[in-house]
Amino acid sequence: MAQPTAAVPHHAAPETHHLGFWRTYVFSTDHKTIGIQYAVTGLLFLLFGFSLMMLMRWQLAYPGRALPLLGSLLGEARMPAGIMLPEFYNQLGAMHGTIMVFLGVVPLAVGGFGNFVLPLQIGAPDMAFPRINMASYWCYLPGGVVMLLSFFAPGGSAQSGWTSYAPLADIATSGQTWWLFGMVFLITSSLLGSINFIVTTIQLRAPGLSFFRLPFFVWAQLVTSFLLLLAFPPLEGAAILQLMDRLAGTSFFLPSGLVVSGQALAATGGGNPLLWQHLFWFLAHPEVYVLILPALGIVAEVVANNTRKPLFGYRSMVYSVIFLGFMSFIVWAHHMFITGMGTTMATFFQTTTMIISIPSVVVLTALIISLWGGSIRFTTPMLFALGFLPMFGIGGLTGLPLGLAATDVHLHDTYYVIGHFHYVVAPGTIFGLFAGVYYWFPKATGRAMNETLGRLHFWGSLVFMNVIFMPFFVMGLAGVSRRLYDGGASYAHAQHVLQWNVVSSVGAWCLALAQLPFIFNFFWSAFRGRRVEANPWEATTLEWAAPSPPPHGNFETLPEAHRGPYEYSVPGAGRDFVPQWEAARA
Amino acid sequence: MDIPYTVAARPDTGLNNGKIGIWLFLASEVMLFGALFASYVMLRAGATDWPPGATYLNVPLATLNTVVLISSSVTMVLAWASLVKGDFGRFRLFLGITILCGLGFLVVKFFEYSAKFHHEYFPSTNTFLAIYFTLTGLHGLHVIGGMAVNSWLWGPGSKMWKTDPAHFTNRVENAGLFWHLVDLVWIFLFPVLYLL
Amino acid sequence: MNEEAHADHAATHGHADVDRQVRGAILVFLCLLVLTGFTVTAWRLHLPTHLAITLALLVATVKGSLVAGWFMHLVSERKLIYGVLALTAVLFVPLLLFPVLTSSSALHR
Repeated sequence: MAQPTAAVPHHAAPETHHLGFWRTYVFSTDHKTIGIQYAVTGLLFLLFGFSLMMLMRWQLAYPGRALPLLGSLLGEARMPAGIMLPEFYNQLGAMHGTIMVFLGVVPLAVGGFGNFVLPLQIGAPDMAFPRINMASYWCYLPGGVVMLLSFFAPGGSAQSGWTSYAPLADIATSGQTWWLFGMVFLITSSLLGSINFIVTTIQLRAPGLSFFRLPFFVWAQLVTSFLLLLAFPPLEGAAILQLMDRLAGTSFFLPSGLVVSGQALAATGGGNPLLWQHLFWFLAHPEVYVLILPALGIVAEVVANNTRKPLFGYRSMVYSVIFLGFMSFIVWAHHMFITGMGTTMATFFQTTTMIISIPSVVVLTALIISLWGGSIRFTTPMLFALGFLPMFGIGGLTGLPLGLAATDVHLHDTYYVIGHFHYVVAPGTIFGLFAGVYYWFPKATGRAMNETLGRLHFWGSLVFMNVIFMPFFVMGLAGVSRRLYDGGASYAHAQHVLQWNVVSSVGAWCLALAQLPFIFNFFWSAFRGRRVEANPWEATTLEWAAPSPPPHGNFETLPEAHRGPYEYSVPGAGRDFVPQWEAARA
Repeated sequence: MDIPYTVAARPDTGLNNGKIGIWLFLASEVMLFGALFASYVMLRAGATDWPPGATYLNVPLATLNTVVLISSSVTMVLAWASLVKGDFGRFRLFLGITILCGLGFLVVKFFEYSAKFHHEYFPSTNTFLAIYFTLTGLHGLHVIGGMAVNSWLWGPGSKMWKTDPAHFTNRVENAGLFWHLVDLVWIFLFPVLYLL
Repeated sequence: MNEEAHADHAATHGHADVDRQVRGAILVFLCLLVLTGFTVTAWRLHLPTHLAITLALLVATVKGSLVAGWFMHLVSERKLIYGVLALTAVLFVPLLLFPVLTSSSALHR
């Protein structure tokens, strides 16, 4: 248990004006409240998106079999006599992806952790634009509600994949229109947030906090914000075009002579389905770096703190993420190798894709080398950070055959792809986010989460995520396509790998059980957890100078940074860490 | 609680928060319109024939609109300059003219669109008209947005001139930057859609 | 508070400085009118397509640069803003060009 240092204020900020319930807890402009709103909402959406997948996994393990109890509750339009309709399977698939990426992971990683931690870590009283911050959350939540309500539209929700490819999405049921409007809300929220993060990081750094004294977490969020700022608008443009196709009868994405179910489509034609793919992936590729960067940032913080040594290669890591962010804008068509683009452009995108793997490897390697010679404390955040490292390694390495056009031709749209990206996002990013929850929960609430429940959560999640996703590589290499509502059961070439569907499904249901300790721990500890002081982890970065939880305005007197962010085990210092805010000795 | 550098410039960047914020927003707008221009390029390159703009569109009216928008940009600069020199009256005059020019632009657009619909030229008629209506429609929404902000600054928002003139001047400057972007987008829209 | 604020803010922007900017803006306005007239006149000449496109885009770029440079005072802006805009410009190019370059009708193989 840390001794509070001299600079830690123990009293709340002098002007605690009474704002009333709504302005304090609902329409707050305090970044900490908004961060918690984002985090809790994001976690709930993650749970919901995961539930959709658990339902899908019944159909995949036992195609055509009635689901007892729950099946009959979902009604004739979705699961008549408890048996899942293909249309409903498609809805679940499209919404699982959409909800996990846009309503779950990013809001938690960026809206939640970014909002809560960033101003504290740079020694600022709040974000640069507190009201815009509030607006950003209140664009996100309605967007999420629109997405959820779309399940009740005639014909159900969007069902053309989270990728909404034209022409299928153009002619899909009304749920797709809800999806498009939902995306407009979410993109607006994201733009407001990214502007705030960039201005805050540049302008509100405490005295002495130069750019290369910033915690790596801040760099990761800064690059992420630039990705969101510049990559999302083209998807907004694409959404506008698809809305025009669906509502105004245009043919931006509808080619001439399109025949649907044996009948020529009554549309002008002259459009290009590939235009949608380009505009979509222009966002969606940088989006995957939006998914990973905050988690890398969190892992870096947790690793430095729990090895009691500075990060290895901090500067290389910073230059790497900047380079990565830039490169992420010029690799997108590696999602489109099979669209007939010709060898020149394919070579271009293949080359940039291979190049972009370099900075990722630099960052991962630096984090691994950071463990060498450390005094490792196996706290729950550290367990998740340690688990992240090899899992992200598997995810990254399995991406290489996808980035090379020749091998991608065989692997595109198979279960191999699903295996690749789930390794990066699930035991990758989500492990990073769990690490962040356990690490910063004490700062946000003034109470620690239970370590035993944390270990249960970690081991269960690690084991069962591998049970779910490892078989996907086997299935993909066998040629099983993704998005098949029967998991490949009607294909001869899939027969010998079908048993893996059952394995993955059981893994998914067990993974759900492994989350119960976390859900219980999260809520129970908020009220009954062991109380902690300002710096329970004996950490060095500025957020640990504020009280736990910090008051409105964060610090009684704004701190100054006197040194770098990871001064652990400094020779000659009295203890094994020297916080950034502690004044230099004479 | 005061957020630093809301009005005063931070010494090392030389900028206040709002100025950076608005430029970041404008960067995102460039990417938004960029996507639509990219769509225009892809659709036109893939088309067997593409009608010259004048087939469907009224070049003289659009030229008038171009002049209107350029003029409103100048008056926007003059409005900001008046505030810098402390002349609130001239600020209101020039911002008022800016808003009226915006309104004029929208009126012309209304006549243009009505004429199209009268001739049964709809977005669904062909790809050219589809991209025309979408690009000018989105631009028009930005004109409306800009006018809304300017009207607020002319009206209720101008109360801030009495309490914090520097902050108010910055707000007008930032609104001006947005308005100039709206003008800038039109400077490209006009030749691309109408003249080529 | 009011007097201080006024004096403060007049001091930060010298009046002569603003007058120069205003004169610049009016000059730019006149150039823009001329260039608009030029581009419409060029249109009436019905030039061959490639020349027409090149000329129209060139004129638009000059007009746009004048608006950006003087109305938006980019000629005297800070490095940070230049950096953001340079990044945007660099990313704008692939967005505009790559979709059409990957279409079979555009690139000859």
